Amino acid sequence: MEKWRATSNLRRSLKSILNRQLSSVSEFRYLNEKRSCQSSFNLIRDCKSLGQVNAIQHRCFSSASTLVQRNPSFSTLNFDDISYFKGLLGEKSVIQDEDRLETVNTDWMHKYKGSSKLLLLPRSTEEVAQILRYCNSRCLAVVPQGGNTGLVGGSVPVFDEVIVNVSSMNNIISFDKVSGILVCEAGCILENLISFLDNQGFIMPLDLGAKGSCQIGGNVSTNAGGLRLVRYGSLHENVLGLEAVLANGDVLDMLGTLRKDNTGYDLKHLFIGSEGSLGIVTKVSILTPPKLSSVNIAFLACNDYSSCQKLLMEAKRKLGEILSAFEFLDTEAMNLVLHQFDGVRNPLPASMHNFYILIETTGSDESYNREKLEAFLLSSMEDGLISDGVLAQDINQASSFWRIREGVPEALMKAGAVYKYDLSLPVEKMYDLVDDMRIRLGDMAKVVGYGHLGDGNLHLNVSAPEYDDKILEQIEPYVYEWTSKHRGSISAEHGLGLMKANKIYYSKSAETVQTMASIKKLLDPNGILNPYKVLPHSLNS
Amino acid sequence: MKIMVAVKRVVDYAVKIRIKPDKSGVETQNVKMSMNPFCEIALEEALKIKESGLAKEVVAVTMGPSNCVDTLRTGLAMGADRGIHVEAARDLVPLSVAKVLKKLVEVENPGLLILGKQAIDDDCNQTGQMIAALLGWPQGTFASKVVLDKEKQVATVDREVDGGLETLCLDLPAVITTDLRLNQPRYATLPNIMKAKSKPIKKYTPEELNVEIKSDLEVVQVTEPPKRKAGVILSSVDELIDKLKNEAHVI
Repeated sequence: MEKWRATSNLRRSLKSILNRQLSSVSEFRYLNEKRSCQSSFNLIRDCKSLGQVNAIQHRCFSSASTLVQRNPSFSTLNFDDISYFKGLLGEKSVIQDEDRLETVNTDWMHKYKGSSKLLLLPRSTEEVAQILRYCNSRCLAVVPQGGNTGLVGGSVPVFDEVIVNVSSMNNIISFDKVSGILVCEAGCILENLISFLDNQGFIMPLDLGAKGSCQIGGNVSTNAGGLRLVRYGSLHENVLGLEAVLANGDVLDMLGTLRKDNTGYDLKHLFIGSEGSLGIVTKVSILTPPKLSSVNIAFLACNDYSSCQKLLMEAKRKLGEILSAFEFLDTEAMNLVLHQFDGVRNPLPASMHNFYILIETTGSDESYNREKLEAFLLSSMEDGLISDGVLAQDINQASSFWRIREGVPEALMKAGAVYKYDLSLPVEKMYDLVDDMRIRLGDMAKVVGYGHLGDGNLHLNVSAPEYDDKILEQIEPYVYEWTSKHRGSISAEHGLGLMKANKIYYSKSAETVQTMASIKKLLDPNGILNPYKVLPHSLNS
Repeated sequence: MKIMVAVKRVVDYAVKIRIKPDKSGVETQNVKMSMNPFCEIALEEALKIKESGLAKEVVAVTMGPSNCVDTLRTGLAMGADRGIHVEAARDLVPLSVAKVLKKLVEVENPGLLILGKQAIDDDCNQTGQMIAALLGWPQGTFASKVVLDKEKQVATVDREVDGGLETLCLDLPAVITTDLRLNQPRYATLPNIMKAKSKPIKKYTPEELNVEIKSDLEVVQVTEPPKRKAGVILSSVDELIDKLKNEAHVI
């Protein structure tokens, strides 16, 4: 059944690919991966011979994503548009300066670059509404942008879309000390919110390496996961309400601060994780947990992956309610971090181990929690699950452990080209994929595995000195097929953005995706919000 | 040779401290406490000396209420061989600490006494100097490098002073207080934490040691420093002159 459904999709996407190939195309500049004409012709030839359905359908899915055409139904900016925006927002909030545009057109990984000519910085929901109302009437495509720290090319323009950046909307509106409910604007930087809450005795329920730059609006729009998901749950659980602006400028005020409200369909969940394609989030109301005084963290070494798994099971049982993070890194990741950063010390310098685990516990009673953690660690050591480990004795040591784990993405960036994959897989199978990839790639590239083991989320990264199509061929679609085979998710927390816009079928059924497309058409009939992303391109035509 | 290291339990260096509403001191309820960073460096130095074979035993000492034992446990987990806990009420002033240490030194007879240069809660920078005076021992404070010579029984200490570095040669037994750049303290490994559980901690009270710990000092009030005011952007030189003359009164 699956194969048949996939084949009919294949035929539909084939048609659009062939149409695009044969007409003159203006290709999207995929910065470091240049598809040559030669390979496109091979594509057509292969698709024509529909002999082995399995092999071909996947090859087509992977290469189609790199050939995006600018949608001709979108208008181009003209002088009147600029004057309108200047009149609406003031000169300072309408940016056409080349240097500033350069930064906002490029994503954090320097992998995607758009060619937008206009950056808008609204300061209020009303301004956002008027911008969208105007753009909708003029059929101007728009990219909502926050901290621009996304990893799948979802926060930068593909062509000349207008960038609507909410960074200027960074006020904290209210905070209720009794319930812990924080209401703030979408442009608030996560780290600033964490500091603010720290003074009040609370913490944000999410924490990620990008906290110094990422903004809460973007976090909510991408349903960011992060390091504490295992304890506090996802944003779907913690966001109590939000305010969003639809494509036609209508403001949806769903900014509730109630824990329970069963009145009608809970629409806010549509916006959480839709990556700006259904509306621009302008305000967020979020439930924040109290800051507990006793935080302990251990950095451990394991010999093999099955010990890591058993350790996770034991941790969930023995540490129970105080477990707040469970992360893992393999030896490659550790080497990379130690190599790329100076001031980072190996906590276990005696020898290089195969796997490193970081366990954090958060509770209210220091001595009780410490004893619990120590007892757990010592018994795990006696059972042979851990081969070595250290326990942080103060906050400084704790930060240095986190620096290692949070520094892996940065270290990968510094090491050269990196192919990033973010997969949800059953815990017992997770590392098999890394081993498989190592065999497939051999000497061509270094395969690094790390991630949120507690949530079953693997960050598979392939590091090479330069981008090379030969490496990409070995990775995609193999990684997606592998994940699909084990009913995993091809994007656990990073989202689909542009990078995986056509890959959704690996993890979602055709009917589901069709319903998503209908919702998109309903909320954004002209398709101006973050086009070319999230949903497959074939569904737009 | 035996080395004695004094360690203090303080509010963790990375915590943002708050003053108690009655201004009697810093809020310590529900706040993360750890070993004073300079004491960690002192202990690390002692352990290094022991590992190089120049000392046989490292004894960690702490004074205060019962929760100070946590700090001793950290010290034992880092590698100290024994712990001594002198049970006393909170907030011992440096002179009291020095007096107690003098008695302990008479009991234990260490060849070297290492302390952190100051505690990060009171920033007194007095205990090391006081104990050296009470014992009549030479002192090398703000040490950034320590080299021991077992045969000659001397310690060569590089001190960080205002003008740069000063090198002193001290006859043992001596008192050394450690500064930041001396070493990087080790992490407490799990095997060592396990071993630490069976290491002995001896308890004393000031009465047993015949020490009078009543303080001559009384903390009257603790307040936050005034908040830093925002700068003002001036629009002309005349305005600057006016402000310097009439507001700041400097011209």
